[in-house]
Amino acid sequence: MGKTIFDKIWDKHEVKIIEDGPSVVYIDKHLIHEVTSPQAFSGIEKRGVPLFRPAQIVATADHNVPTLHQELPIKDALSKFQVDTLIENCKKHGVELYGLGHQYQGIVHVIGPELGITQPGMTIVCGDSHTSTHGAFGAIAFGIGTSEVEMVFAAQCIMQSKPKLMRINIDGALKNGVVSKDIILYIIAQISASGATGYFVEYAGSAIRALSMEARMTICNMSIEMGARGGMIAPDQTTYDYMQGRMFAPKGAAWEEKLAAWKQLYTDADAKFDMEINIVAEDIDPMITYGTNPGMGLSIQGQLPTIESFTDTTEKQNYEKALKYMGLTAGQTLIGMPVQNVFIGSCTNSRIEDFRLVASIIKGKQKHAGIKTLIVPGSQEVAKQIKAEGLDKIFAAAGVEIRQAGCSACLGMNEDKIPAGEYCISTSNRNFEGRQGAGARTLLASPLTAAAALLTGKITDIREILN
Amino acid sequence: MQSLQKITSRFIPLRIENVDTDQIIPARFLKATTKDGFGKNLFRDWRYENDNEAQPKADFVLNQKQYAGEILVAAKNFGCGSSREHAAWSIQDYGFKVVVSSFFADIFKNNALNNGVLPVTVTDAFLQQIFAVGAKDTLTVDLEKQTITIDATGASEKFDINSYKKTCLLNGYDDIDYLLSMKAEIEAYEKANQS
Repeated sequence: MGKTIFDKIWDKHEVKIIEDGPSVVYIDKHLIHEVTSPQAFSGIEKRGVPLFRPAQIVATADHNVPTLHQELPIKDALSKFQVDTLIENCKKHGVELYGLGHQYQGIVHVIGPELGITQPGMTIVCGDSHTSTHGAFGAIAFGIGTSEVEMVFAAQCIMQSKPKLMRINIDGALKNGVVSKDIILYIIAQISASGATGYFVEYAGSAIRALSMEARMTICNMSIEMGARGGMIAPDQTTYDYMQGRMFAPKGAAWEEKLAAWKQLYTDADAKFDMEINIVAEDIDPMITYGTNPGMGLSIQGQLPTIESFTDTTEKQNYEKALKYMGLTAGQTLIGMPVQNVFIGSCTNSRIEDFRLVASIIKGKQKHAGIKTLIVPGSQEVAKQIKAEGLDKIFAAAGVEIRQAGCSACLGMNEDKIPAGEYCISTSNRNFEGRQGAGARTLLASPLTAAAALLTGKITDIREILN
Repeated sequence: MQSLQKITSRFIPLRIENVDTDQIIPARFLKATTKDGFGKNLFRDWRYENDNEAQPKADFVLNQKQYAGEILVAAKNFGCGSSREHAAWSIQDYGFKVVVSSFFADIFKNNALNNGVLPVTVTDAFLQQIFAVGAKDTLTVDLEKQTITIDATGASEKFDINSYKKTCLLNGYDDIDYLLSMKAEIEAYEKANQS
């Protein structure tokens, strides 16, 4: 029987299989940040164990950094201490750090790919669930807890049971106004926030092949939002074109050698999956979420479920709890509803293509007076590119400020938060209660839908603007 | 890591599905650089009004005096979302040794096991039976036998755990001890797979 791309990479990285237990899996690349690494550093220090392979680790500061005045000391004492602890730990243990002020600093899942650190066939981990992003390059990439960060520090391996495998095929052509964020929100709405738990997902099909690398990253990024361990896409010419010439991508003869190996990374025609789902690209409309988990999403013109549509008592109670938190009514539509905030950023949608998309919508127009914005590039490199392409002028002319790189309002940890009770159209990945700040009401959507709301001050079908 | 063998305790019934780790411990509490003291912020925004410990929310189970114990029982898909191990630390620091649900998110399950907290997956029907018994009733979780029992009714169910993790938990071993013991094999792997 043939092998899936996942099998090919996993099997090559299995150092040992423990009987009735997990496998010991070798990790090629370990990305770390300030929030989930300090306890792992102190863990190995307490054990008196050195960092095993520091050259295979790259660090950045992203979750807990301000997005204004990064040149000044961080105001919040705890945040400053955490970021300083990362600097100290990296220095002490010989880890490469792209910290605040460094030209490569940015969200860990934005900088890995843009610097060419992320490569096909690798195993990549990070103490962050959105590590699945890197799967877009045909790598096995997934989020881990801090104990596992400590394992990789100590032995460059983690212990994981082989997950079940799912393939999601998306075939056809996307409709006007529909982008990769809509594809993944559609999938999660179809299979629920736990629909892929226990699985690793491969995305395939003609609609996926037609996507750019950045659009593929958006899809793989949100795999965790349906519970999947990770998501991946087999590499192809689009992947190689994106990678070639990047800072840490192989060069010259090494490139040719790697390329030949990467071209073997595909799922064999006779490989079997534990589960397979087929989706028709033409069925997908611009999507938006209405509830408090990413599975609670619908087409932008759609109607919220009625209370009566729930038969299970716990499910019904949970739906009512979500409606109460969101200030919404069962059966209503969202179109035309006023929003107060627009957040464009996060490891899901903060890359240059996202900014190009938004710029194409707001060019020559003005931000709605009632809208507060947080427009945050994913990295210093993205910020530089925005300037190089003159997009910053388009944003400025529309009355919109572009901030400095970081996770920003995705997670209500740093200074950027959405006020309690207010709505935010957000290009991020999670609409959990309080995710963007205590009491904040998040509506997840694509950069296009966010751009539309930025202009109109309300939930708007982007197709009305495009037509 | 603390070992765990058998526990009989009352339980806290949390009848909420898809409990994500942002609810278990909101991001603003992740600024710590140690593992200590997270328990007081467990379920912070469900527990208190206006982020104020003087204003406990009466309708939240952790604030209801009739419930107590070292076992947390939650509806399906517990621990989804962020990989933050702080969620497992919060649950352990609060005093829970076992979490029961009909379905756990993968990363949380690993994080719990790595901190000596046992995730017990039961069938949906058994979960409903647990929710149906009284606040004074106890559950017995026996890791050696891999059983969970509702003591009042005698209803019992077997749960899965792989034998490696079971041994670790029974003895308080952790994965890092294991990995450090196989350094030579890891180095041999590296040598064979240098690319």
